[in-house]
Amino acid sequence: MIANARVYLLLVATWMRAAAQYPGSLALLTLGSFVVNALDIAAIWIIFAHTPELAGFTLPEVMFLYGTAGVSFALADMFAGNTDKIGSYIRSGAFDTMMIRPASPFLQVAADRFSPQRFGRVGQAAVVLAIALPRLGIDWSRAWMIPVMIVSGFVIFVAIWTIAGAAQFLLTDAPEVANAFTYGGGQLTQYPLSVYGGELVRAVTFIVPLAFVNWQPGLYVLDREDPLGLPYALRFASPAAALIMALLAALAWRAGLRRYRSTGS
Amino acid sequence: MIDLDGVGRTFVVRRRRPGRLRRESRAVEAVRDLSFHVSPGEFVGYLGPNGAGKSTTIKMLIGILTPTSGRIRVAGLDPSRRRTTLARNLGVVFGQRTTLWWDLPLKDSFELTRLLYKVDRERFRRRLDELCERLDLGGFIDTPVRQLSLGQRVRGDIAAALLHDPPVLVLDEPTIGLDVVSKAAVRAFLREVNAERGTTVLLTTHDLGDIERLCRRVMLIDHGRLAFDGTVDELRASVPEESSIEDVVARIYLSGGVRPPMAAGGTG
Repeated sequence: MIANARVYLLLVATWMRAAAQYPGSLALLTLGSFVVNALDIAAIWIIFAHTPELAGFTLPEVMFLYGTAGVSFALADMFAGNTDKIGSYIRSGAFDTMMIRPASPFLQVAADRFSPQRFGRVGQAAVVLAIALPRLGIDWSRAWMIPVMIVSGFVIFVAIWTIAGAAQFLLTDAPEVANAFTYGGGQLTQYPLSVYGGELVRAVTFIVPLAFVNWQPGLYVLDREDPLGLPYALRFASPAAALIMALLAALAWRAGLRRYRSTGS
Repeated sequence: MIDLDGVGRTFVVRRRRPGRLRRESRAVEAVRDLSFHVSPGEFVGYLGPNGAGKSTTIKMLIGILTPTSGRIRVAGLDPSRRRTTLARNLGVVFGQRTTLWWDLPLKDSFELTRLLYKVDRERFRRRLDELCERLDLGGFIDTPVRQLSLGQRVRGDIAAALLHDPPVLVLDEPTIGLDVVSKAAVRAFLREVNAERGTTVLLTTHDLGDIERLCRRVMLIDHGRLAFDGTVDELRASVPEESSIEDVVARIYLSGGVRPPMAAGGTG
């Protein structure tokens, strides 16, 4: 574990140093990523300019759900987002060279070409969360759940990315299917899940457990009724969901690696 | 040092026939029932026509591909299960693609290699100085790898593969595309490494000059099976009517009959 963290940080530091050789371009890219993501939140403000509530949730509450999921998603994207390119690493043969080094190929892909601009999105989501928190009027004895849900959400998103990456060992040309779950999941969790249909909410609760990123633990923090009337205990199930997803992801990755076929030459 | 016992690797190739909806699957045996043994300190050439299973064998030896059947031991380890441990005891060079970091200066690639392989700083410095001198890397060590010429890049790759001083070195077509001078430099260096450090070397090539100048032993693979295993002289003597080693090898390749068309993916 420590050895893996060392390898990851080492590769990240090397790529950041390489990126820092072009400080102007780096600053613009980081700013750009911040601004593009800030447009998301503009969309939420526009909705609330026309209605005081969204599916029973106030603006600070929606911003809270957006911010917690956004921080989890952005951290996961920063850490593991590059794994959606595994298919192209396999096709170009670059994956072979990662396999011959004494380090996890997963971490090598995750850290490859790491650019500090990946911090932009984390910053934007954290700002939204910081604006929302003092306006919520929540019972602060429930605030312990906030770091728990952010960490669980991070693990769930990383696991989805990993499973999507593992699938590319079999389907080297299908990153779009994977994106539906990773970026799609990131988009879905930006709004209270009650704006969607009940079937979809059940699917993202029990099949792809996106509801545990921010929705279920968020209901606890905000002390809200579940509009779908699902059991109260689910609000505390995020760490368990994250653990199950992490195990599934580890198994999927190992299975994918054993089926790796390399390229022709 | 390298032991293969009844090793086979099958690829399932799917093909879509025009006009049919279902794809048909076909199993292609890239390597079948392959057994050989390489002792410490040997310098072995591994030959075979395109698609014979050379690269598949190499990839199984270094842990990239899992064999479908049989047993492999390299430096006493099962490559696909102990890949990371094996990596510390193994140097790998692909002539056709670099194992260096494309966008980083050569020096940074070496430094990363040092940290990943946990080479002691003092030992690394001495080893790098030695490799820089022998492979003449001094002039381009600060250049990003993507800007290097092929000859420079291959020399950089060989240096990176030897920084951690592995007991086994595997080279997949290391001299491909090199000019006469670069080729001679690479060959001279490999010979020294093998003679001075006792490094076990396994090398695949299509260049028979590599074989004649470097290898005491030659293995020839065809249709995924070992077709010849012996010294270069024995290889030459096996077809007495032919004079050059090129002709001998061509005769052996051709006597294998007409090969099936190359299947896509993984049989190179």
